[in-house]
Amino acid sequence: MAEPLLEVRGVTKSFGGLIATNRVDLDVVEGETHALIGPNGAGKTTLIGQLAGDLTPDAGRIRYDGGDVTRLPAPARCLRGLARSFQITSVFREFTALDNVALAVQAHAGHSFRFWRAVRTDPALHTPARAILESVGLGARAGVVVTNLAHGEQRQLEIAMVLATRPRLLLLDEPMAGMGLEESRRMIAFLRGLKGRHTILLVEHDMDAVFALADRISVMVYGRLIATGSPEEIRANLQVREAYLGEDDRR
Amino acid sequence: MTLLLVLEQALNGLQYGVTLFLMAAGLTLVFGIMNLVNLAHGSLYMVGAYLATSFYQWTGSFLLGVTLALAVTLLVGIAVEVVALRTLYERDHLDQVLATFGLILFFNELIAILWGRSALYTGLPSWLGGHVLVLPGVRYPVYRALVILVGLAVAALLWVVVARTRLGMLIRAGASNRTMVAALGVNIRLLYTLVFGLGAALAGLAGLMAGPIYAVQPGMGEQILIQVFVVIVIGGIGSIRGALIGAIIVGMVDTLGRAFLKPTLATVLSPSAADSAGPALASMLIYLLMAAVLFFRPQGLFPVRGR
Amino acid sequence: MAPSLRTIAMAVGLLALGLVPVAAGAFNQPFYVDLFRRIMIFAIAALSLDLILGYGGMVSFGHAAYLGIGAYAVGILTYHGVQNGYLQWAVAIAASALVALVIGAVSIRTSGVYFIMITLAFTQMLYYLGISIEEYGGDDGMRLAVRSQFPGVIDLKNPAAFYYLVLGILALFLVLGHRMVDARFGMVIRAARLNEPRALAIGFSPFRYKLAAFVIAGAMGGVAGALLVNHTEYLTPEFMHWTRSGEIMFMVILGGMGTLAGPVLGALVFLLLEDLLSAWTVHWQIILGPFLVGVVLFAKRGLFGLLPGGRGRG
Repeated sequence: MAEPLLEVRGVTKSFGGLIATNRVDLDVVEGETHALIGPNGAGKTTLIGQLAGDLTPDAGRIRYDGGDVTRLPAPARCLRGLARSFQITSVFREFTALDNVALAVQAHAGHSFRFWRAVRTDPALHTPARAILESVGLGARAGVVVTNLAHGEQRQLEIAMVLATRPRLLLLDEPMAGMGLEESRRMIAFLRGLKGRHTILLVEHDMDAVFALADRISVMVYGRLIATGSPEEIRANLQVREAYLGEDDRR
Repeated sequence: MTLLLVLEQALNGLQYGVTLFLMAAGLTLVFGIMNLVNLAHGSLYMVGAYLATSFYQWTGSFLLGVTLALAVTLLVGIAVEVVALRTLYERDHLDQVLATFGLILFFNELIAILWGRSALYTGLPSWLGGHVLVLPGVRYPVYRALVILVGLAVAALLWVVVARTRLGMLIRAGASNRTMVAALGVNIRLLYTLVFGLGAALAGLAGLMAGPIYAVQPGMGEQILIQVFVVIVIGGIGSIRGALIGAIIVGMVDTLGRAFLKPTLATVLSPSAADSAGPALASMLIYLLMAAVLFFRPQGLFPVRGR
Repeated sequence: MAPSLRTIAMAVGLLALGLVPVAAGAFNQPFYVDLFRRIMIFAIAALSLDLILGYGGMVSFGHAAYLGIGAYAVGILTYHGVQNGYLQWAVAIAASALVALVIGAVSIRTSGVYFIMITLAFTQMLYYLGISIEEYGGDDGMRLAVRSQFPGVIDLKNPAAFYYLVLGILALFLVLGHRMVDARFGMVIRAARLNEPRALAIGFSPFRYKLAAFVIAGAMGGVAGALLVNHTEYLTPEFMHWTRSGEIMFMVILGGMGTLAGPVLGALVFLLLEDLLSAWTVHWQIILGPFLVGVVLFAKRGLFGLLPGGRGRG
């Protein structure tokens, strides 16, 4: 069997006395959409942080695309195709949507020691940027400064920036956070369109989204990964049901 | 370069280090708890020195003079906090730096208006003059020895307060998690004012003790402040232990360097080369030390985690 | 694309500066040529600081060091008989760039309060170094025996010629700066200031770009220093004192941080204010101090920030 695109072994991280991720083992196979779910405080964001390169694990190993990336800094991981979106929208607020995506394109277009030509007039940057904005549905809003974008549009911009880095593996941390019903439906449809073309590790609370998108689901509780399997297997799993007792009715 | 001379300079280094510690402790506390960069900390040092000098002259009693100076400096510090600094807690560091820089200009000029620009002479009462036998055959000025003792006593007192009292617990908690302390319902305003007052008192103490040793003139605060920054960078922001160890290291390196670098260099270089290179290098020593520490441990020797 | 109000204001300003020697000659007030030349030199210094402070978010409290290095490069070479302006200024630029490289390499790995303290400490180190070298005047500094020589091209002894040279350099730096902040390099710097975690997440390694910006700003500061020592014909370690850094920083804030014309405006207002106040009382700093506090608390965006036509863009 081919090696998984992302292989996580024994990843552990503690803060003071608190163990946030506890010997987590996880595989993400190329082409799959893999959802990571769990109650608040389960350690999902800490795990994403270690996968993305913001945090260094205290123990354990992370292999991506056949190479060890456990200690590789975030920018280097992005350049290898491992991109992430943030749970709390993190974009360049003083710039326009187009500027934001163009920056993501720029980061992957060689070095930036160019001092004369304005990026806004550089088609090598803004043509692909516009195309990506169109694909996420923000084409009409390209020239709008981020502070004037609606919350849902900002989340879409997050995704657009991730896509502009031409990733193989997307780490999406609650892409639907704070979205209303209509916006969430559109985002789910959009993410479905990405399936297959990209490998996705998706952290989400929205169970509709999870069961609509995921090929496989992993469940984290109190820092431990307690189950991995197909959506049906997870739905039937007793441990998981216990952990979520009282939370099945929540969206 | 006799052993006696080395010992004497080492003691001077310890004395300077203790002065630096008093300043650094206040500054690092204020930064650790309130996240406030206060460039005007040196001004409180200066105020302490000037007040001590004047009160001693007016009252004729050294002890009364320094007690009054300490009290008034504390009041000045609290006044500054209430009037000018409260609005800065929410601002970013650049704003704090610039605003407190403006305060420095104000204080320096105020002092110059009230006392003039030339250095003041601070006398010592007779019972503090003279020398004392510190070790067999080693005579050391009484006053400087006293400064060392007072400084170490304050360090011990600070340790007791921080490690053993409720206020200290709040300080330690606040240093690593400010929002949590606020969420616990503690009167943050009062805590901040108390901490700032403590820092002001420490600076004032450092200043009034320094008066008889160093020059008392406008701008004296900034001269020492920059070295205090070096101490904090080396020791680690927010850590009192780091401030103490950093201060002793910096005090020793600076004092011993100034005293012995030139003669040491003269053994390997020509006298004239040592003459010019010696003082130049000696003045740069602690900064080079800071650069070295930064290179290997950018967070300092005893960083406070959780920031 | 029609020029914005800000660009027009900047062009008008430069034009007005160009007319100063003419007006001064007409009214027989040569003092103003001197005054505005000094203002423009500090405008160059403030502009160089704004590149790393306003655009890059690096609060360097040690910028005066580069003026000092530039000045001392010219001063020391003149002292030793080297009067060739090209050589002197080349050394001034190279020396300040090199020092900026070293200081930047150590400091930029830190951030926030550490960065402020470290840049402050290094400046003071250079100041003490300047004081301790007796050969070049130590504490008192030394006179510049003769201004930088550019035989056949320009005579700096001619006040108007020197004035227009400074104006030309200022205009050149404004143009270069304008291009740079909107080019790929400038965008990385600005992105790193706006949201460093996001910049890292999309694949930028900002350190090398921030260091380059720091070096460029240092080199520009060196040019300002070379100009300054020629202007005052005297140099002292005071050029490098950290309070000078604070003053330059204030010019940037006062005029409008993160814009190009802001520093120029800030230098103008700050130095004119200083001129006026010091004529009034010898204790003018006691007024300046609270004024600066007021600016920080209430007018953070500076004077240029009050003009419409930009979102922090020059």
